[in-house]
Amino acid sequence: MEELWEQNPFSLNHQEKTKYYENRILELTKKHAEGCAPYAKLLRKFDFSIEKTHKIEDYPFLPVRLFKESELKSVGDEEIVKTMTSSGTSGQQVSKIYLDKATSTNQTKALVKITSEFLGKNRLPMLIIDSKSVVKNRKLFSARGAGILGFSMLGYNVTYALDENMNLDFDTVYRFLEKHKEENIFLFGFTFMIWEHFYKALAEVNHSVDLSRGILLHGGGFKKLESQAVDNETYKRELKRVCGIEKVYNYYGMVEQTGSIFMECEHGRLHASNFSDILIRNPKDFSMCKKGEKGLIQLVSVLPESYPGHSILSEDVGEIIGEDDCPCGRWGKTFKIYGRIKQAEVRGCSDTYERK
Amino acid sequence: MRENKKVQIVLGDKEPKPTVRQVYDKLAVEFLNELSGWLRHCKEAGEYADVMSVAFWCRRGNIEKLREGLEDGLLHLGRGLLFHITPSNVPVNFVFSYFFGLLSGNANIVRLPSKDFPQVRILCQGIEEVLSHQEYRELRDTVQFVRYDRDKEINDYYSGICDGRIVWGGDETIGMLRQSPIPPKAVEVVFADRFSFGVIQSEAVVNASREELSRLAKNFYNDTYLMDQNACSTPHFIFWLGDQTEKGAEIFWEAVYQEALQYPLEDIKAVDKYTQLCRLAMEREDIKKIEQTAYSNLLYVVTLQDIPKDLEELRGSFGLFFQCPIHNLEQLSDVISPKSQTMLTFGVNSEKIDSFLREKGLRGIDRVVPFGKALDMGVIWDGYDIVRTLSRVVTHLL
Repeated sequence: MEELWEQNPFSLNHQEKTKYYENRILELTKKHAEGCAPYAKLLRKFDFSIEKTHKIEDYPFLPVRLFKESELKSVGDEEIVKTMTSSGTSGQQVSKIYLDKATSTNQTKALVKITSEFLGKNRLPMLIIDSKSVVKNRKLFSARGAGILGFSMLGYNVTYALDENMNLDFDTVYRFLEKHKEENIFLFGFTFMIWEHFYKALAEVNHSVDLSRGILLHGGGFKKLESQAVDNETYKRELKRVCGIEKVYNYYGMVEQTGSIFMECEHGRLHASNFSDILIRNPKDFSMCKKGEKGLIQLVSVLPESYPGHSILSEDVGEIIGEDDCPCGRWGKTFKIYGRIKQAEVRGCSDTYERK
Repeated sequence: MRENKKVQIVLGDKEPKPTVRQVYDKLAVEFLNELSGWLRHCKEAGEYADVMSVAFWCRRGNIEKLREGLEDGLLHLGRGLLFHITPSNVPVNFVFSYFFGLLSGNANIVRLPSKDFPQVRILCQGIEEVLSHQEYRELRDTVQFVRYDRDKEINDYYSGICDGRIVWGGDETIGMLRQSPIPPKAVEVVFADRFSFGVIQSEAVVNASREELSRLAKNFYNDTYLMDQNACSTPHFIFWLGDQTEKGAEIFWEAVYQEALQYPLEDIKAVDKYTQLCRLAMEREDIKKIEQTAYSNLLYVVTLQDIPKDLEELRGSFGLFFQCPIHNLEQLSDVISPKSQTMLTFGVNSEKIDSFLREKGLRGIDRVVPFGKALDMGVIWDGYDIVRTLSRVVTHLL
């Protein structure tokens, strides 16, 4: 891992990355096989040998849903410093991700490293487009809260733009902007929340808010915006129209692999950094999709040491755009996302009353 | 139940009064036969295999055959009014439930699937139209199809006025309906969660002709994939008998895979199935072998070392099956429970099955049928003679 901290987070080309990952993923697989009995059993039952190195695509991948159903950890309880939970609409099970000191630290370091590419090396004053109650109220504490807390380390004078009722607090925003009028501003929030409670509020009022010095990072997906026909292009264009913001970056990531997030670059492509890789698999047989072919997204991360989440199969559909060839100049794979796979209509004769 | 806004009436103007007719009453048989004709002439109905199976089932010839099973010289009459709760995710089950109620001489209130299946619409349209004929006027007032969300108050009402209650949909639904009492004299037919499995004589597969093998695979596909393995009579586990179990299994699954190529494996199903497989691999020590990649994601076969104690927990879906070899049927006695429903067979000696069923004192296994017939609905189902149960025998001594 050490070598990765020294360099730019998008510095590894295909060859270098392949070489590094073959060692690191084997090392992690061994570690989890030693520490996590169910994982070791899975490797055995799948006839997977940890005695030799494999191509990156040949390592087993765990479906994300397993983390919702089982408590998977590779270290003793006494070593766990933090447990992360995933989002999940009410009634759904949530993932539980167990972090030890090393994994937790590495997640933070990787997040800082990746985002500093877009935010600059210095900490910026930070405006969170959400309500403080999301992090304050432990009962409501969710992935949203965890995400906010995680990212808020990246800024200073962290200020919440929405009040408890999710209304845009113009006074607070004006005061914040006045105070930091000489600096760039770091804005952070969730894709849907920003649109619903920030963009719409700005679009409605006459007085303008100037965020031309702002850099917005947002994640969470466009799924809820589909019904309003808002795609990434529209999103950026409209935000620019209402507050003059030019730098709007989407990110993709999941709680099962916190830290090694995928950032959208200036050319609208999502990038795998040195800390993670993306594979696209054909759902029919899990074979590898070629560039430009849609399939299930598999995420590989070099960070997870305390739980076997270094290679997971998401329920998102995406496609590879290219590798080492983005016009932005960053190395690594680039991809785009088409959102979540469709829920099934299951046939069968049980369950007369479906749950609401 | 008048003026309840929560109940949507789909068919039948009035709430039916208890009405008693003779079992397999002539008018009812005529009505069903005409409905069969209507469905067979309906172009849209032709697009749905399950609607066609309904049309086939309710033609006169079939019903007459069923009637013969009840010809014992005694007087069989209905009980009055039946209340049916039918499964939300099987499009045509409700209509069979209604047929059983009608043929057993009763008036019927049927709660339909909440999902708006085209099959439900077609069937309702056919019933409505045939019932509108003058000669079936008597029957028209004896049926109502309703829709409503989970609602105890409505369940209470219908349960309170019925002479018999039919509950499909498994343990949870039964538990819920049991909160709503039925009158002391009323009968109840419930279809609980069940487990089904198959037994195959390995030599029979090894020696099967190409046609026989492909028919077996087709039948197996229809028993399983067709309903995503979610029907209670769908087999999840295959027990192999005989001396060529490995070879038999290899030939069988290859044939099943060829048949499964037509299965629409949606992305979510592929992920679900893979998740099941990973969970099994993480949890079960008794897995001997996992066939995952051999048949792409269409078919996963998990071979266990021995007959599992928790057999009935091992349910796959979307094409995930379990198997293990056995020496004889008797070995299964310990894992057969009241939950065991259908045993599908291929090439197994019929006398051996018969003595197994008769002599082992099993609390389960209500059906033994060849592959391909798992989902065939009959008046005898789940161990009930449904028409007999929903009717009564009148003793008339002179």
